[in-house]
Amino acid sequence: MKRYQNLILLIGVVVLMAFPLWMVQKPAPGADGKEVEIFQGADDQAKNMINKITPDYKPWFKPLMEPPSGEVETCLFALQAALGAGFVGYWLGSARTRAKYENTKKTA
Amino acid sequence: MHIMEGFLPARHCIGWGAASAPFIGYGLYTVKKRIEEKPEQRMLLGVATAFTFVLSALKMPSVTGSCSHPTGTGLGAILFGPAAMAPIGLVVLLFQALLLAHGGLTTLGANVFSMAIVGPFAAALIFKVSRAVRLPFGVCIFLSAALGDLLTYVTTSVQLALAFPDPAGGFTASFLKFAGVFAITQVPLAISEGLLTVVIFNALKRFNPAELQDMKVVSAQEVQA
Repeated sequence: MKRYQNLILLIGVVVLMAFPLWMVQKPAPGADGKEVEIFQGADDQAKNMINKITPDYKPWFKPLMEPPSGEVETCLFALQAALGAGFVGYWLGSARTRAKYENTKKTA
Repeated sequence: MHIMEGFLPARHCIGWGAASAPFIGYGLYTVKKRIEEKPEQRMLLGVATAFTFVLSALKMPSVTGSCSHPTGTGLGAILFGPAAMAPIGLVVLLFQALLLAHGGLTTLGANVFSMAIVGPFAAALIFKVSRAVRLPFGVCIFLSAALGDLLTYVTTSVQLALAFPDPAGGFTASFLKFAGVFAITQVPLAISEGLLTVVIFNALKRFNPAELQDMKVVSAQEVQA
């Protein structure tokens, strides 16, 4: 069990991500014939909720810079994840090597 | 949990900013002191920051049919204390506000408060309590990371409900609506974050046992086990 714990945990994460994709059904297009979009960002939904609760609220500040397209946005998000994952990978690699080195020193 | 740019009245922006500022100042002080005293922990500080970078970039689908992302702040809160996560969370949120138009400068104070203050403090507290009642180490880590994540989103719902009370039902009705958007969506993601944090801690226990012991995260007996 202990040996496979990490693997089991990672499979758990994949299942948690895949399950909603399989479970949530796309609702039929509304009366206006517009496709209903699913899996939008919760942040956007909160924005719509604000508009529903206080229809006359106007945002009083605009982002200084918006990604010019969805593609550029994806690129920047990927960059953010890559920076983080790169560092975690560097730590794992160097920590593993250090542990190995210290082990051989002890046994030698 | 990002409140969008301009979507909080100015008074609220200033209030949450003022509430967050002392935590960021104190957090910077603790991080600086820690690194001066124990320079060998710099690597793990980087890991905690990197983990937050990765997790807050991953927008995962959820059972409510919308997408949201974990926060990754539980790891650093357990390792370096909750205050340390305030400046780290600020860096992540600034990156997203400036480059991605995700969150915003006016709402930065409120977003820092939920993601980089409430989440980490909750995680650190839950870790202390669950260790005190002697739950298994992995369970303690899971609970603190998952619940810290979830409470971040509950905080966002409170912030929005305070700013936009429902005309009929007031704060409570509005809170339930926002919690429906954020907190319920977050449940499976919080579980994912808990599982991933346990994976990282398994690696930390294996490769950095001396540092963990030094940070009083694990005891000497547990390291040898």
